[in-house]
Amino acid sequence: MRMGIFRKTAVVVVSLSLLIGVWELVVLTGRFAPSLLPSPAKVAAGIGDLISDGSLISHLGVSLARFATGYFSASVIGMLLGLLFGCYKRIWAFIDPIVQVLRPVSPIAWFPFIVLWFGIGDVPAIVIIFIAAFYPVLLSTVSGVRKVDAIYLKVADNFDVRQPKRLFKIILPAAFPFIANGLHMALGSAWVFLVAGEMVGAQSGLGYLIIDARNSLRSDLVLAGIILIGVSGLLLDRLIRLLENGIEKQWGVSLGGGT
Amino acid sequence: MYIKIEGLSRTYVLNNGHKSVALEKVDLEIQQGEFICLLGPSGCGKSTLLNMIAGFEKPSTGSVNIKGELVDKPSVDRITIFQNYGLLPWRTVVKNVELGLEAKIPDKRKRREIAEEYIRLVGLSDYKKHHPAQLSGGMQQRVALARALAVDPEILLMDEPLGALDAMTRMNMQEEIERLWLEKQKTIIFVTHDIEEAVFLADRIVMMTPGPGRIKSIIDVPLARKRDRTSPDFLKIRDQVFAGFELKGVDHTEYYL
Ligand SMILES: Nc1ncnc2c1ncn2[C@@H]1O[C@H](COP(=O)(O)OP(=O)(O)OP(=O)(O)O)[C@@H](O)[C@H]1O
Ligand SMILES: [Mg+2]
Repeated sequence: MRMGIFRKTAVVVVSLSLLIGVWELVVLTGRFAPSLLPSPAKVAAGIGDLISDGSLISHLGVSLARFATGYFSASVIGMLLGLLFGCYKRIWAFIDPIVQVLRPVSPIAWFPFIVLWFGIGDVPAIVIIFIAAFYPVLLSTVSGVRKVDAIYLKVADNFDVRQPKRLFKIILPAAFPFIANGLHMALGSAWVFLVAGEMVGAQSGLGYLIIDARNSLRSDLVLAGIILIGVSGLLLDRLIRLLENGIEKQWGVSLGGGT
Repeated sequence: MYIKIEGLSRTYVLNNGHKSVALEKVDLEIQQGEFICLLGPSGCGKSTLLNMIAGFEKPSTGSVNIKGELVDKPSVDRITIFQNYGLLPWRTVVKNVELGLEAKIPDKRKRREIAEEYIRLVGLSDYKKHHPAQLSGGMQQRVALARALAVDPEILLMDEPLGALDAMTRMNMQEEIERLWLEKQKTIIFVTHDIEEAVFLADRIVMMTPGPGRIKSIIDVPLARKRDRTSPDFLKIRDQVFAGFELKGVDHTEYYL
């Protein structure tokens, strides 16, 4: 086990060093101006600057707050509606076509309306995150409710667990292994669109950090921002994975829709 | 009569339009406090019969009456215990046992008290904070028993509750179920296809045959409890059941349908 972790870490370190090495070599050929492709050292210094002047923490904090607001509201509303539509197939038959049409639309496409409806500030980015996270949660909940093992429903009938308790005590947790899959997917897509949202309408946050760096022609800071976004996204993903592992262990189930 | 089953049939319409008769014209009367085993090979309609007594399924014809009342839906007076236990994996042992109490007893502390009493009854006090996945199959079945008994039902319906357990655990659980039955005086209808298990547990063994599912005969087991699996009387009844299924002739120590 420990050996496995050690080996994994080694692979990650080698892989990243390789990437940085190739990057450094390309820079050393001198074929690209520093403003087009800053060197790893410069970007590292840029990250150092962002950390030491405190702007990283403040931008990251703003982004995370928006992210949390959008993601959690999308999760709660997505699950509630998913439970409803999963239980009442006749309603879902009417809703499903609408969702199928709206889902492929990038949240960014809504931006003009979002600005008209919600103005500027934090809200547009939150709405974009909400849209990005909402569909995966909704769809996985609807399909998860349908896959609930009939034995749990029998147990609920037998012990006289009635609606609405039945929904929250039996159906939601029984469907949760399937819903977890959607929550995980939503997390990834919400993070992607957080940055996009902050690039078009915000005056703070990681996305804004990149736009701001570009406007002041600091390509090293642009790349620094990209790296920080990637790393934070990765950490978030690991965090949810950790939560999932805890639940899997305790419940003795495998999350991710049993696929 | 306590439980009265009359002319009970169940027909399933299959996807290809054909009909399959799972159970045909079953008549059976059961007294309060009896331990009944439904015994028979796979597909003879044991689960179908049990599900209709539970109220999970509706008969095609005929009826099940309990204390003169028609069974048409499930009730906390009749709790079913399934082969795969039907525990809720997201709840701890004690929360599982509390499930049926939540509608009946609003007071949280009282509920916890009752749940812990029944967990003690099945000997799992040390595991009340565990989740089902952290327990062995036998322990999970004990939790299911505690959960069923906690709502104080009159009837326990068990569908091959020990089918997934190894032979040793299985025998322990048979004794445990007998002990609980003697102590709590429930009426138990117990599905199995293990002849020895039926002879060990039942007051009466209802022997069923498939194609279509029917009651072939009913055998009384007038042995005193706790029964000795090696006594001549025990073996005699086991042979009688064995002969009833026309399986006689082979000499095995374990008879399994
Ligand atoms: N939902 C269903 N749809 C169609 N046929 C069914 C259904 N349930 C049961 N049957 C059929 O009814 C017959 C009796 O089934 P049942 O499950 O009651 O048997 P059983 O005695 O419990 O068998 P086992 O020991 O394998 O559990 C079988 O032939 C089965 O195929
Ligand atoms: Mg069965």
